[in-house]
Amino acid sequence: MSLVVPTMAEMMAKGEAPEYLFWVGCSGSFDDRAKKITKALVKILNETKVSFAVLGTEESCTGDPAKRAGNEFTFQMQAMMNIQVLDGYEVKKIVTACPHCFNTLKNEYPELGGNYDVIHHTQLIQELINQGKLTLKGGDTFKGKKITFHDPCYLGRANDVYEAPRALIEKLDAELVEMKRCKTNGLCCGAGGAQMFKEAEKGNKEINIERTEEALETSPNIIATGCPFCNTMMTDGVKNFEKEDSVQVLDVAELIANAADL
Amino acid sequence: MGQIIFAVLLAAGLGFFAWNVRKVRSNILLGRDVDRSDNKKERWKTMLLVAFGQQKMFARPIPALLHLAIYAAFVITQIELIEIFVDGLSGEHRIFRASLGGFYTFMISFIEILSVAALIATFIFLIRRNLLTIPRFRMSEMNGWPKMDGNMILFMEIILVACIFTMNGTDEVLYSMGASHAENLGDGSMNFTISSLIAEPLFGGMSESSLHTLERIGWWGHIIMVFAFLNYLPYSKHFHIVLAFPNTYYSNLEKKGRFTNMESVTNEVKLMMDPTADPFAAPPEGAPEPQRFGAKDVTDLTWKNLLDSYTCTECGRCTSSCPANLTGKMLSPRKIMMDTRDRLVEVGENKRKHGADYDDGKTLLGDYITEEELWACTSCNACVQECPVNIDPLSIIVDLRRYLVMEESKVPTELTGMLTNIENNGAPWQFSPSDRLNWANEE
Ligand code: SF4
Ligand code: SF4
Repeated sequence: MSLVVPTMAEMMAKGEAPEYLFWVGCSGSFDDRAKKITKALVKILNETKVSFAVLGTEESCTGDPAKRAGNEFTFQMQAMMNIQVLDGYEVKKIVTACPHCFNTLKNEYPELGGNYDVIHHTQLIQELINQGKLTLKGGDTFKGKKITFHDPCYLGRANDVYEAPRALIEKLDAELVEMKRCKTNGLCCGAGGAQMFKEAEKGNKEINIERTEEALETSPNIIATGCPFCNTMMTDGVKNFEKEDSVQVLDVAELIANAADL
Repeated sequence: MGQIIFAVLLAAGLGFFAWNVRKVRSNILLGRDVDRSDNKKERWKTMLLVAFGQQKMFARPIPALLHLAIYAAFVITQIELIEIFVDGLSGEHRIFRASLGGFYTFMISFIEILSVAALIATFIFLIRRNLLTIPRFRMSEMNGWPKMDGNMILFMEIILVACIFTMNGTDEVLYSMGASHAENLGDGSMNFTISSLIAEPLFGGMSESSLHTLERIGWWGHIIMVFAFLNYLPYSKHFHIVLAFPNTYYSNLEKKGRFTNMESVTNEVKLMMDPTADPFAAPPEGAPEPQRFGAKDVTDLTWKNLLDSYTCTECGRCTSSCPANLTGKMLSPRKIMMDTRDRLVEVGENKRKHGADYDDGKTLLGDYITEEELWACTSCNACVQECPVNIDPLSIIVDLRRYLVMEESKVPTELTGMLTNIENNGAPWQFSPSDRLNWANEE
């Protein structure tokens, strides 16, 4: 099944306005692993006939890593350019699969004049399932599997979204096992605050190794996350323990797309 | 004579405390302004739950219960203090007992029971701090004064409780002998739950005059400890028993992920993006002096950051949940708060001694907090979440980073690359913006 990914420009040319703008983000657009998450989400959007479009080449970094690194200039330049584009298309609702984009668009753009209704993809998928638009026909894909969920900091603590991803995992025919540190106490994967783009400071361990250990303590078949950065960090962690054959790291969107036979 | 000494002690105790509080207040007001006057209802609620109700303490139930025992004893004992003040100034003895009757017996008994609970908690806390190896009490920032501070208050608590029971116990024996200065109601015992039990075994058989002396030692010891404690507070992490209330009231009510917007930058960016703006235009008459970007010293932080630093209980919950600290990095959010407070005290003293413009050549950034600490932070908000009194170490870290990056261009090399990429091609990596939609057509 090929993906249908309209752009805002195409929509506008046809005189249409989609309900959602899907903000793909830099990871989701360029990182090979994250692109799979992007596609999984598009499959779900296509299947449920959600009216959406992407900015395509008009999208640019939200500025999140610049802001966390302390460079407010670069952040605000990016933000204001993006707001011009978004307002040009009269965007009202945004969905994104990246908690960092989610946080920045939702919490930090309003003060610069960008006011949108921003939701994380796990929230949208939950809504679609609740409305009966998406059925998980391949229900037994995950039968008997143990899944643990790693809370992304910028989804959980930063924005108090803990339940949507868990509700989705519970819809699968699988067992959700919690790590020792979860929800408000969840341990960071180590990528936030622009750490993704630098070597860690001197210490005695990498943060993603510590977190992966905690995840592996639950002896899961799958480590689920809702953030492309967490995904990278946990995937690297699992490789470090040479467990990549027995433990998968998947985004919640991928789990659902799989269970819905998409 | 006793009344005069008491009045002098009271005046001195309260006066010195007020003087110290003013000092702390003026130090806190050295910070930049931030508006926390909105949403009063939500603020009161937060204060009631977090400070009064100790909601966040219960994330760790054992220390929470022990702490609750001491806290409850502390709060309830204040009621007894009313009588001590009245007795002390009037020269009466247990002035409320005859008029309050059974309620008086109940109140004092309640205080006694809580005091025993507090005493037990105090011993357990001493063991936890000194004999067990609980990592958060053993980190380097706790060496020296902070460790002593933690123990000192526990010893004071023990002395205080000992005074209370000496006072009540001896008075009970005296009362049963018909020799107490309290009004004799002909009931033979004051019937306070604990002291009526321990009075005989501890003080029975002593002479009337020694009992009277001991009773006075207990009474005066109690009130002197109260004043000592009150005046010790502003020098100690124990100031949190007062500041936890304003500090939680002025909590950040926004989502934790939202970093503050820098207005000054917004203005400049707007100028840059507005083709009609004159970049060389003089600022309008009377415009405030441009502030430095971010924070280099405590005076660049907000008053809330500074209030946070005085409120910090040095409990280390933040540090024990910090991913950077857990993996051996130099960063400890507790140390960030302690450094901020130490530096603030120093700046405040300097200003009082040498005038408002005095510069001692030191700054928070560099002399107290190093770049290595700042760059270890993942901005995960675990420290903010954990703090039982709603302190926000992350916002100080971010402001110090802002200064480093925007004023001094001191950025780790890899981050310089990331920032350049964002500016040049709209992504933190070197990808061409024209390839952004390629994923849609790849298999
Ligand atoms: S926000 Fe920074 S200082 Fe606070 S816990 Fe996370 S890494 Fe540590
Ligand atoms: S900042 Fe909060 S959690 Fe950290 S040591 Fe101080 S009081 Fe404890």
